[in-house]
Amino acid sequence: MSTAPATAPTGNPSRSRRDDVPAPTIPAPAAKSSRSRRDNIHGWAFSAPFLAFFLMFLVWPMISGAVMSLTGKSLTGASSGFIGLANYTEAFADQDMWRSLGNTLYFTLISTVPLVVIALALAALVNMGLPAQWLWRLSFFSPFLLASTVVSLFFAWMYNPEIGLFNDLLAKVGIPPVAWLNDPSVAMWAVVIATVWWTVGFNFLLYLAALQNIPQQHYEAASLDGAGGWRQFFSISLPQLGPTTVMIVILQILASLKVFDQIYQMTEGGPGGATRSIVQYIFEAGFTGYRLGYSAAISYIFFALILLIALAQVFTTRKRIA
Amino acid sequence: MATTTLSKPALRPKGTADIVPNRRPKTPLSRILATVVVSVLAVAWLVPFAWATATALKSETDAASTPISWLPASGFTLDAFAKVLQSGNIPTWTLNSLFTSAAITAITLVISASVAYAISRVDFRGKRMLMGVIVASIIIPPPVLIIPLFQQMQSLNLIDTYWALILPQVIHSPMVFVLKKFFDQIPRELEEAALMDGAGRLRIFTTIVLPLSRPILAAVAIFVFIGAWNNFLWPFIATNESSLLTLPVGLQTIKCAYGIQYAQNMASALLAALPLIVVFLFFQRQIIRGVATTGLAGT
Repeated sequence: MSTAPATAPTGNPSRSRRDDVPAPTIPAPAAKSSRSRRDNIHGWAFSAPFLAFFLMFLVWPMISGAVMSLTGKSLTGASSGFIGLANYTEAFADQDMWRSLGNTLYFTLISTVPLVVIALALAALVNMGLPAQWLWRLSFFSPFLLASTVVSLFFAWMYNPEIGLFNDLLAKVGIPPVAWLNDPSVAMWAVVIATVWWTVGFNFLLYLAALQNIPQQHYEAASLDGAGGWRQFFSISLPQLGPTTVMIVILQILASLKVFDQIYQMTEGGPGGATRSIVQYIFEAGFTGYRLGYSAAISYIFFALILLIALAQVFTTRKRIA
Repeated sequence: MATTTLSKPALRPKGTADIVPNRRPKTPLSRILATVVVSVLAVAWLVPFAWATATALKSETDAASTPISWLPASGFTLDAFAKVLQSGNIPTWTLNSLFTSAAITAITLVISASVAYAISRVDFRGKRMLMGVIVASIIIPPPVLIIPLFQQMQSLNLIDTYWALILPQVIHSPMVFVLKKFFDQIPRELEEAALMDGAGRLRIFTTIVLPLSRPILAAVAIFVFIGAWNNFLWPFIATNESSLLTLPVGLQTIKCAYGIQYAQNMASALLAALPLIVVFLFFQRQIIRGVATTGLAGT
C-alpha cells in the first residue's frame, strides 16, 4: 500500500527496554503456560465483538441463503418446503437470468476499460507537475462522494430526449437527437458514461498516489539519457505501475459485476430488459416476484461466477503480484 | 495484497545506451499543453454539477422550456429549494444518514481495530484460521446476502428500524486487513515494556497502540463513512417508513413522487450532495490520503 509505510511510526528502538528489566522472578515454565493461556483468552476476547457480527450478519446469512435456495420459500411467508435443486435447474433454463448475466458482463467489460484507461491518463497528465493539484483532484474525485441517486438524477436529466443538455449540445454540432436511456442499443453506454463520471476519480487517486511513489531519479536518469516525455511514460511509469494496474483492474471488475444502483435508478433495467443487471434480477425475483428461494438460488449462481472470476484472476496474475 | 502495490526497485529499461545523449528536459510547452487538456476535462467534469445548479435555480416553467438555456427567462429563483425544504423530508433523511453512517463507522472502527490488534499482537490459538476466514470473506459480494439478510431482519422484527440499517453494515473485512498491516509495523518493544510494567492488554491497546494509529484509523473511518453514507441497496430494502429513510433512498422516492418537476429534483439532489462535498472541501487532504491508503484493499 502506498502511504501506509510512510505514516507508520518509524522509531528505531534498537535498544529495547527489555534489556534493562531484570528477568521475571517466577519460574519460567509456569510463566510461559500462564502467559499462553492468558493470551488465548485475551486474543479471543479482543476478537469476540467482530466475530459476533461476522457470524450473525455474514456467515449465518450465507448458510441460511444456501438453505433457502433449496426451498420454495416465498416473501409472503408461504413455503413449499424442500425442493432440492429445482430452483437451480429452473434458473439455468431461465432466459431472463442469462440475459441479466450477459448484461452484467457487458457492463463490466465496457465500464472497466474506460475506468482504468481514463483514470491512468488523467493521473499521468496531472502528475506532469501541473499547478493547483488540489483543483484537479477536487474536480475529478468529487463525483465519487455523491450517492448513486444523486448521480442518476443528474444524468437522467441531462439525458432527457427533448430538453436534456446532451441532445442540445449534439444539436449544436449538427448531430440528430439520441434517445439515450430509451434506446436499447444506447442505454447501457449512457449508464457507462454516468458511471465513468461518477467513479473514475477513485482509480485516478490510486494511480496518482502510485505515480508519486515512483522515485524521481528514474526520470532524471532517463532524461539525461535523452528519453522524452512519452518515452519516459512508457518505459518508466507504465512498468512501475504494473502491480497497481493489476489491483485496480481486479477491483474494478469485481465492483462492476455488482452494478445495480445507477441502472435501477436511471432505467429500471429497461428498455425491455436491455440494461437489467444480475443483482437487479436477484432483487426483483425476491421483492417483486416474492420468490425468496429462487432469488437465493440466483444469488448463489452469481456468487459462483464472482468466485470463478476471482480465482481466474488470482491464477493469471499470481506471478506478477506475488 | 495491499502491500504489493509498492513499487519494486526500478527495472531500468535496457537498450538506451547507444542513443546519443540529447538533453531534452521536460519542456514548458508540454506542461502548458497538459494544463490546457486537464483544464478542459476538469471543466467538463463540473458540467453535471453546474447544469443541476442552473436547473435548481430556475422556476419549473423555465426549467422545462425549450430551447434550453443556462439563463432562465424569468430570472433565477430559490423557489425549488424552498419548496423541497418545506414539503420534503430532506432534513430528516440527512439526520438519518448522519446518524446511521456515524454509528456504522464507530462500530466498525471498534470491532475491526480490536480484532486486528489481537491478530497482530496476541499469540492465541486459532488466530491464523481466524485471519484466513476474514480475508476469504472479502470475496463475498454484499448483494448475495440481501435476500437472507432481509429474511433474518424480518424474523428479528427489525425491518424499518435503525438496527436493520446499522447492524449488517459493520463488517468490513478488508479494513481488518488494513489495520492489521498497520499494527504489524508498530514496534513491539513499546508494548512489551508496558506489559512488563504490568499494564493489561486493553490498556496497552487504548493508550499505546490506538494513539499511534490515528492516521490509519482516520483513513478507515473516512472510507467506511463515505460508503455507508452513499449505500443504496441495503437501506432501500431494509426500510420503507419515510421517516427512517437515508438520503440516497429518500431521494429515490422523491424522484418517483415529483416526476417531471426538474427544478425540485435538482434542488433535492444538490441538497443531498451538499454535506459530503462540504466535508470534502474541509478535509480534502485527509480524505485523499485515506482513499489512497485503504482503496486498494477492496471496496
